[in-house]
Amino acid sequence: MTPLLQVRGIEKRYGARIGCADVEFDLYPGEVMGIVGESGSGKSTLLNCLAGHLKPDAGQVIFDTRADGPVDTVTMSEPARRMLGRTDWAFVHQHARDGLRMNVSAGGNIGERLMAVGARHYGDIRARAVDWLDRVEIAENRVDDRPSAFSGGMQQRLQIARNLVTEPRLVFMDEPTGGLDVSVQARLLDLLRGLVRQMGLSALIVTHDLAVVRLLADRLMVMKDGHVVESGLTDQVLDDPQHAYTQLLVSSVLQV
Amino acid sequence: MTQDYNFAYLDEQTKRMIRRAILKGLAVPGYQVPFASREMPMPYGWGTGGVQVSAATLTPEDTFKVIDQGSDDTTNAVSIRKFFEKTAGVAVTEETEKASVIQTRHRIPEAALREDQILVYQVPIPEPLRFLEPRETETRKMHSLQEYGLMHVKLYEDISQHGAIATAYAYPVRVSDRYVMDPSPIPKFDNPKLEMAAIQLFGAGREQRIYAVPPYTKVVSLDFEDYPFEPTKADHACDLCGAEDSYLDEVILDDAGNRMFVCSDTDYCRSRREAGHVGRLGEEAA
Repeated sequence: MTPLLQVRGIEKRYGARIGCADVEFDLYPGEVMGIVGESGSGKSTLLNCLAGHLKPDAGQVIFDTRADGPVDTVTMSEPARRMLGRTDWAFVHQHARDGLRMNVSAGGNIGERLMAVGARHYGDIRARAVDWLDRVEIAENRVDDRPSAFSGGMQQRLQIARNLVTEPRLVFMDEPTGGLDVSVQARLLDLLRGLVRQMGLSALIVTHDLAVVRLLADRLMVMKDGHVVESGLTDQVLDDPQHAYTQLLVSSVLQV
Repeated sequence: MTQDYNFAYLDEQTKRMIRRAILKGLAVPGYQVPFASREMPMPYGWGTGGVQVSAATLTPEDTFKVIDQGSDDTTNAVSIRKFFEKTAGVAVTEETEKASVIQTRHRIPEAALREDQILVYQVPIPEPLRFLEPRETETRKMHSLQEYGLMHVKLYEDISQHGAIATAYAYPVRVSDRYVMDPSPIPKFDNPKLEMAAIQLFGAGREQRIYAVPPYTKVVSLDFEDYPFEPTKADHACDLCGAEDSYLDEVILDDAGNRMFVCSDTDYCRSRREAGHVGRLGEEAA
């Protein structure tokens, strides 16, 4: 099987400082990979490099495109990369307001990606928006409300709906549950797990919350100071950490 | 006649610079060409962009006409007309037929324009994506990559809130299957007229942009398959000349609810009345 995403020697520097370096992994279709590490460990930098928001200084990000097979997205043309960003890729921001248009209704937010790829039938766009609101457990009668009238958890679910409406194959998530209270987090995680399994999505989830990766991720990478220090199956890494930093990370979680 | 001003107020180098921008705009229909807009002796919002384009376009042989919302006799139209009478000494007219350069604010004349005429628009905000995407760097990128899905988001919002596309003026169009353009705040009634025989030039002074639509260029108003574009006007006939095909202004007559509808294009209305047409409240022409 061809990996959906092959990452080879990704490196990003900020002047003399290292953002991330020598990151290599494969992500297969339907697989969810977690990236954990403390603040400043380079996990968000890595995610932004992979999603094309930052240009890495070295390395390749090879994505298995529908039309042309595996292509290096770092060197592909910008229009093609932005097209990927609207179709096969999705990016869920930590803060929903970064990923939503706050002055456009929920329906318009969901419909934007459809219209960006050429949908021009209002009835169809609206029907799909309503369908997706339902799938992320937002009441249908909120379709014309602006996201600013939504709670934090609803905004985050709306952002997920907006991203998944074009049925992408790869989802990048940057701390999707950050800033939400625990019961809302649990509901969001449940929803995400359902959607990922049901749609057969591949996902890369950056988080500092080990509970999130325990629930969602098949595999796990632990980052420290821009380098990957340990990787493996999620349960294996969390239950039997080898690297000193991973051991510290696992033992830092409060047991209630 | 001795001239106190260089012909048409601007110096020759500036007019040359503006002509370059105009030519580039004509070569790439709908593309917003940046230009070094000059300070003009009138406030921004009064048509400084249009005035500069007119100044660069006028020749001593031209006949100049200015309309403001279709009307020849409002403050804006009168002062710009006087400005060029004084600084260029060109002939002026109120008749659309006789004009070779027409500067307009927010209307296209009712009479069909000819190939030997130029229509100059005053544009307040040239960027159609501005209210959806405030970053200029991003809107330029969207234009260059033809990422125009956002424009439809605006129309979607209209339908979801009002049940129809409520945008009534500055209705976005796609020029020559390439650039999405703001046709300046003309009523959408005028949008079908954008495909015309005359050259159309758009000048935005404060925003420092010039763009153009060459003659007979394809101009399509954006819409949805199930909510097609519809030019709209008040559902009345002109009360002075009886015209049913012209764009109308509503005039409130008293505080008892009486009102009248009159052609916004004053020259069109006058010529029809002279030809003997009489509306509901009109009087026979003497």
